[in-house]
Amino acid sequence: MTSPPTLAVWKFASCDGCQLTLLDCEDELLTLAEEVTIAHFLEASVDVRPGPYDVSLVEGSITTPGDVERIRRVREQSRVLITIGACATAGGIQALRNFADIDEFRSAVYASPHYIDTLATSTAIAAHVTVDFELRGCPIDRGQLLEVISAFLAGRKPDIPDTSVCTECKRRGLTCVTVAHGEPCLGPVTHAGCGALCPGVNRGCYGCFGPMTGANVAALVPLLRRCGLDDGDVDRVFSTFNVAAPAFADRGPRA
Amino acid sequence: MSDRTLTVSSLARVEGEGALHLVIADGAVQTAALQIYEPPRFFESFLRGRQHTEVADITSRICGICPVAYQTSAWAAVEDACGVAPDTAVGALRRLLYCGEWISSHALHIYLLHAPDFLGYPDAIALARDHRAAVSRGLMLKKAGNAILETVGGRAIHPVNPRVGGFHRAPTAAELARLAEQLRPALDAALETVRWVAGFDFPDLELDHELLAAYDPAGYAIERADHIATGSGARFAPAEFLDHVVEHQVPHSTALHATLDGGRYLTGPLARYSISSALLSPVAQQAAAAAGLGATCRNPFRSVVVRAVEIVQALDEALRIIDGYERPAAPGIEVPPRAGVGHGVSEAPRGLLYHRYELDADGLIRQATIIPPTSQNQAAIEHDLHRIASANLHLDDAALTHLCEQTIRNYDPCISCSTHFLRLTVERR
Repeated sequence: MTSPPTLAVWKFASCDGCQLTLLDCEDELLTLAEEVTIAHFLEASVDVRPGPYDVSLVEGSITTPGDVERIRRVREQSRVLITIGACATAGGIQALRNFADIDEFRSAVYASPHYIDTLATSTAIAAHVTVDFELRGCPIDRGQLLEVISAFLAGRKPDIPDTSVCTECKRRGLTCVTVAHGEPCLGPVTHAGCGALCPGVNRGCYGCFGPMTGANVAALVPLLRRCGLDDGDVDRVFSTFNVAAPAFADRGPRA
Repeated sequence: MSDRTLTVSSLARVEGEGALHLVIADGAVQTAALQIYEPPRFFESFLRGRQHTEVADITSRICGICPVAYQTSAWAAVEDACGVAPDTAVGALRRLLYCGEWISSHALHIYLLHAPDFLGYPDAIALARDHRAAVSRGLMLKKAGNAILETVGGRAIHPVNPRVGGFHRAPTAAELARLAEQLRPALDAALETVRWVAGFDFPDLELDHELLAAYDPAGYAIERADHIATGSGARFAPAEFLDHVVEHQVPHSTALHATLDGGRYLTGPLARYSISSALLSPVAQQAAAAAGLGATCRNPFRSVVVRAVEIVQALDEALRIIDGYERPAAPGIEVPPRAGVGHGVSEAPRGLLYHRYELDADGLIRQATIIPPTSQNQAAIEHDLHRIASANLHLDDAALTHLCEQTIRNYDPCISCSTHFLRLTVERR
């Protein structure tokens, strides 16, 4: 009998919400732990086993010189490396620094900024090492996480649609918040995965899963303006958890 | 027992990246420093220039474990600055939502992070091999908390339904009635949790820190504060918080330390319980008494019992709110911007969370100040470490290390919040 595959969970700059999603699988957690050996998961266990690991889940973005080195070591020890969440796939909200003066940021928070060792940018894991699969979301969806883990353990491709939130909204039979209520909504350009949570509560999508594949952001901007957003509002609505994702960051000249 | 250095590569089962450095020389503890090197993310910097209506969606991302706390203190501060207050129906829904976060976060800490320390397991998975019913009970409680967050908040982590002024959509009475069906058995599981943790062995340690918690004479303070109270009886308004609490930077931490009127202090479950235990619901008071808690609790190891009592309180409260629920005509109020300063205080699962915003006339943030519970508690944690290590120098390195790790986990420190892989170094000289 072969030993069960090993799973490792790694954290970089983040809020912990995506790795918490694994612990939020209340009905599946103990079964999962019978199928795999959880070999490295500091938030959950002091029992840390040496690599290599079959599957590594990586949360968080790269923001320090030390983490640039650490992610390389994680990659070397991982047969499959999956990034989970907007920080790991796009740099997270902390990538707002990429468009600002980091020294000014640092001194606004810390009296002695020279103690603080940080890079001027927050970058996605894929900017540093080869990534086998990127799971989107801020935070990721629990069902999608289980699908991705199951797929890689079975050696198949995960069934994760890369269409827009609009497709999920239609499938739920929700009324379009833009058409019916004039609410600004990023659903047409945002990666599916949440199940259209925001339109489900009468709110426009705010883009926390980042851009879909082939997002036509330039075509959405006039629609957002028609819903009453001014230049500053449009700039802000794309400048959140996936601010550094290319389709959002390069949407054209800033206001 | 001198001239030895011991390094333990990880202090785990906490939320965030940090390390403990303990120096023992000439038979005495010289240094006990909780080093936090969670990389800073600069929220207070990039909040500047954001619209008052989007602040809570951003501050939510400070912490995946207590996002409702970061949303609640944010909109409380923004509403204070704009001079508006949502009606009581919205207030009740906010309290219900926050109860969900307390249940989920406390169940996570008790069962998955803290109980393995008391029972001698590396993690809850190993614990489940011998105590499957207990761990399953913990996961069931956690799921009940998440069910509240999903029903009222739209999502368990980073809820999408709350907004400044209230909610985007008020749940229907039928949705909450279905939720209550799930919460009733969870209340029994919560009472069983109190009995279970009350049977753990608790090391002796009575702390003498000042205590600080939100206080509300109408009930055990959770989502709002009438005022802020100290363990020695002082009271002040949320707007006076920064007159009493001062943050300062220390070289060994990316989280700022805080002092209350110049001294170290503690916020969190022990502070809340010691200040407000008389305001607990009858069922929570009975559970506390049966577990051997008095009117106050100053043993940080017993914080696990207080958290269990707070789960009972939160579930009882959630059921009471649902029982009296009538769907409001409007899910919230509009919050027109105005120039001003606002203060927001709520009780995150780990302690008092303070936000202050200065808005311009268009509602754009000019300045943001956020003081999370873990940074307020750092000095107290270090003081406890010093005392617990000093009293237990006879232990070998492995046992002393374990006791120090457990001491840190008593506080359920959320290092992601305060500014996570914790490295523990014991140096014996």
